Amino acid sequence: MTLPQYGPGADPGPDFTAFLRRNGIEPMPVASPNAPHSPTTITHGTTCVAVRYTDGVVMAGDRRATSGNLISHRSIEKVFPADRHSAVAIAGAAGPAVEMVRLYQLQLEHYEKVEGAPLSLEGKANQLSQMLRGNLQAAMQGLAVVPIFAGYDVARETGRLFEFDITGGRYEEADYAATGSGSLHAETVVKVGYRRNMSADDAINLLAQSLFQAADADSATGGADNLRGIYPIIVTISAEGYERVADDVVGERFAAIAEAFSANHREVEA
Amino acid sequence: MTTPFYVAPEQMMKDRADYARKGIARGRSLVAMSYADGVFICAENPSQTLHKVSEIYDRIAFAGVGKYNEFDQLRIAGVRHADLKGFTYSREDVEARSLANNYAQMLGQTFTHEMKPMEVEILVAEITDTPGEEQLFHILYDGTVMDETNFVVLGGDSESITTTVAEGWSAGMSARDALELSRSALAGPDRELTDHALEVAMLDRNVGRRAFRRIADTDIASL
Repeated sequence: MTLPQYGPGADPGPDFTAFLRRNGIEPMPVASPNAPHSPTTITHGTTCVAVRYTDGVVMAGDRRATSGNLISHRSIEKVFPADRHSAVAIAGAAGPAVEMVRLYQLQLEHYEKVEGAPLSLEGKANQLSQMLRGNLQAAMQGLAVVPIFAGYDVARETGRLFEFDITGGRYEEADYAATGSGSLHAETVVKVGYRRNMSADDAINLLAQSLFQAADADSATGGADNLRGIYPIIVTISAEGYERVADDVVGERFAAIAEAFSANHREVEA
Repeated sequence: MTTPFYVAPEQMMKDRADYARKGIARGRSLVAMSYADGVFICAENPSQTLHKVSEIYDRIAFAGVGKYNEFDQLRIAGVRHADLKGFTYSREDVEARSLANNYAQMLGQTFTHEMKPMEVEILVAEITDTPGEEQLFHILYDGTVMDETNFVVLGGDSESITTTVAEGWSAGMSARDALELSRSALAGPDRELTDHALEVAMLDRNVGRRAFRRIADTDIASL
C-alpha cells in the first residue's frame, strides 16, 4: 500500500467514501436490480431508543438478533459511538447495518483528521442520511437499515436526536426517538414517562423500563439475559463525551424493574 | 538544437540538498521526546490554526517543519494511507514503520526525479501500551529515515537544540518537565517563549483508543 496522491482536480477531499471509490473499493454492497426480495432468514437487529435529558442524550439498545423465528445472536451490539460526541443505534438487516456504522465512524474520523476539526452535529446527521440514500436499492430488496442518531451539539450546548427512514429522510426529534420491531412498545413507555430536563439517572431508568416492556411484548427484542449476564447497552452522551453505562449498573436497573413487575403480579394474584 | 549543459550528478544532488536545507532553515524548529505517558511534541508556532503537529491514527502522530503546504500534503496522504489500511485490514495493522517507509519513498522519489525537492523534515511517532517502546521516525527531505530513540529535533537550528534536550532529558519525565525542557531548548539562550508561541500535542497512552491530544495555548499553563 503506497501513499495516495492526487492532483488538484482528482482530490477526494475529506470524504472517505469517495476516497475508497477512487481506490476501487465499493464500500457498501450494491444491490442488483434483478435480485429477488431477500428471504426473512437474514439476520435482523431490533429495538433501540434514545431520549434527551438535561445534559445531553441517553441511548439504549437490546442485544438480540433474529433470523426469522430463530434467535441467531444474543449479544450483538446495536449502539455504537459515532465519534466523541455522538452515537448511532441501528435496527434492520444486521450485516449491512454494522458495515454502515463502521464506514460511518471512519467517515467522521477521517473528516476530522483531514480537516483538522470535527463536523457539526447537523453535518454528521446529513452524512448518515446520504449513506442511507445510497442503500435505498438494497433496502427495497429487504436489506433495510433504519438507524437513530443522537449526539451532543457542542456549538449549541444541547443534546439532539435524529430519526431516519430507508430513503435517507432525516427527522429531528425534540424529546425521544425509537427504531426497530419493538419500537412501538418502547416508545410508548418513553412517551408516558418522559419529562423535560430529566436527570441522567431518571433517563437511564426510563430507557431500561422501555426496553423491558419492549422485550416483554416483542419476541424479536431481547431483555436482560441473567443466565448469561448479557444486558442491553445504555450510553450517555454529554459535553464530556460518549460514555457507556457499566453492565453491572444496567443489570441492577433491570433486576429492580423485574422485581417491581413481579411483585405487582403476585399482589394481583393473591 | 541546443545541447543542455552537463551538470555532474553530485553537483545536482548537492544543489538540491542545499536548496531544501535553506528552505527548512527559514522555519522554526520542533522537538519531540518520550515522556511518562507517551510522546510529547512541542513546536515553535505562533499560529493557532495552522498546525505543525497532528493526528494520523490511533497511536500515530505526525509533525513537520519547513514549507507548510508541502508537509500538510504529506500529512493528508498519511491519514489516507492509515485509514485505508485500517479499513481494508484491521486497526492493529496500521503502524508507523510502514508509514515512515512510504514517506521516505515519496520524499526520495521527489528529491531525485522532480525539479524541486520538498523543503520539509517530518516526524512519524508511535506509542504502544508499554512505556519505553515509543518509536520516533525522523525523515529528511531526501528520503533519509532515522529511527531515533528518546528524543528528536526537527528543523534548521537543530544542533544547539539537540544539545540542550540531550542534557535535560530523562526517562519517564512528566509532561510539565518535557514542556519546560522543550521551551528552553527551542528558545535558546537569548529568547523567552510564551505559551502563545508554542504548539503542544502528545500521544498519551491513557486517553483511550485515539491517543493524540492537542493542548490549546490557554491550557498549557495547567499541564
